[in-house]
Amino acid sequence: MIKDITIGQFFPGKSMVHRLDPRVKLILTMTFIITIFLCKNFFALGIMLFSLILIIISSKISIKLILRGIKPLLFIIVFTAFLNIFFMSTGEVLLEYKFIVVTTGGVFTAIFMAIRIISLIIASSLLTYTTSPTMITDGIERLLSPLKFMKNGVHTVAMMMTIALRFIPTLIEEFDKITNAQKARGANLETGSLVQRAKALIPIFVPLFITSFRRAYELAFAMECRCYQGGEGRTRMKQMKTGLIDIYGLAFMAVILGAVIFLNYSYTHVI
Amino acid sequence: MSIIKTQNLTYLYSTGTPFEIAAIKDVNIEIEQGELVGIIGHTGSGKSTLIQHLNGLLKPTYGKVYIDGQDIWEDKDTIKSVRFKVGLCFQYPEYQLFEETVYKDIAFGPKNMGLDYSEIHRRVHDAASHVGLSEAHLSKSPFDLSGGEKRRAAIAGVMAMQPKVLILDEPTSGLDPKGRDTILNMIKNYRDSTKSTVLIVSHSMEDIAKLATKVLVLNESSVAMYGTVDEIFSKSEEIIQMGLDVPPITRVFMGLAKHGVNVSGQIYTLEQGKVELSKLFAGKCTQGVEGT
Repeated sequence: MIKDITIGQFFPGKSMVHRLDPRVKLILTMTFIITIFLCKNFFALGIMLFSLILIIISSKISIKLILRGIKPLLFIIVFTAFLNIFFMSTGEVLLEYKFIVVTTGGVFTAIFMAIRIISLIIASSLLTYTTSPTMITDGIERLLSPLKFMKNGVHTVAMMMTIALRFIPTLIEEFDKITNAQKARGANLETGSLVQRAKALIPIFVPLFITSFRRAYELAFAMECRCYQGGEGRTRMKQMKTGLIDIYGLAFMAVILGAVIFLNYSYTHVI
Repeated sequence: MSIIKTQNLTYLYSTGTPFEIAAIKDVNIEIEQGELVGIIGHTGSGKSTLIQHLNGLLKPTYGKVYIDGQDIWEDKDTIKSVRFKVGLCFQYPEYQLFEETVYKDIAFGPKNMGLDYSEIHRRVHDAASHVGLSEAHLSKSPFDLSGGEKRRAAIAGVMAMQPKVLILDEPTSGLDPKGRDTILNMIKNYRDSTKSTVLIVSHSMEDIAKLATKVLVLNESSVAMYGTVDEIFSKSEEIIQMGLDVPPITRVFMGLAKHGVNVSGQIYTLEQGKVELSKLFAGKCTQGVEGT
């Protein structure tokens, strides 16, 4: 169950997309997502889809993985598409049955929305697929560094995020381990009423909480032993450097943005 | 009939992602009733994956597992009974303790079996005596026990199900020498008194040489060797080549034999070493006397 969630996973690699500076990548992803919402017609959206395919190819992430990321959200996509088909009533009528009216406008909007949501998911999952969690939080910290004047601000929040992200896999592993140990003692987690199932989780959550607290103490001690004092005056092992590749990335995004804006104004009549 | 049998057992992790890897491949083993099998192998050689197949926690990608001659995946409902037949105690089992008292925690397994109160009571006391926990321990909170006691309480939780096969994953890791000896003796006594089959995963060759009747060596996800302790440790060279260790005493004797001392290189317990050395020195001494 937990293994099926691919969003947020990181797949190491050395492709162009992997090598982008995380700060630039964050900005590019955000701009890309905003641009998807700016699209007003199929030509503009087509440009987005085309560039997304280019990015996927250059990231060298397998198509299978990307499709798997969409799978859990398939229901929402289909649901929104259906709503649009039945509740939009612009354009020519294609089908009429009692109170159900399907129009060309509805069908177009449905397809449009579906493509939009899918591109959104792919764009955001590409960010996490190609950037390690630490790089993402580091990137966020650096992007938010103008807010440094706030007390206990940016660094603490970023450190908490890094630690939280870092421990998600550890906690999942721990959860699996304890679940297996209790299953080996005959714990029944799969059947029973809701109350019984909730009760069956006690033997798992009690040890999980105790272990988490123990880990938190250990981590705090380990950080103190290495003289961790907070963010002030701290330097980094991995300095982020923007290079030629980042300039290419920004230029690529600028071209897409320009094209979308141009197409939006050139073809105002198609949805 | 063998109590445990596997046929072409293969398990793949992360199928369909770039991380797909075989944790175990084509494992064919047969373990007889009443054996004490030591399982050795590197970290990542598939030991943990193998033992989780034996009580049905993992479902094989390919192949079959037979317990008591019965294919455990033949019928979905049999899986639960397999869990009670094959008791599995994971590494660091003290982190699975959760109840208010040690008594209740040990009773968790038998309770899940649906036994009646008096039987549960009997089994808890039985298991507690196997691991040397007193009446006073049973009423304490498991979190107030010492590390070694916690470990023993957790093992008792598995023993209380009275499984036909008891599997222990590194039962002595992280304990001091005294705690280690206590646990090993306890396992030995448990097997002697219940006549059940016991499997122990361990990194300590010394412990295995001392306790086990058979040894299973895993290397690179497959079975490299399976045989009696004598058979396995007579191939010490091969074991070392796999990057595994042999008991320290074996190393000493192998070294002696290599340097031309007239001893056997196939010694793996202190007792054998003593006998071999006294043989050697007995010969030397008489020679010495004759010389002068």
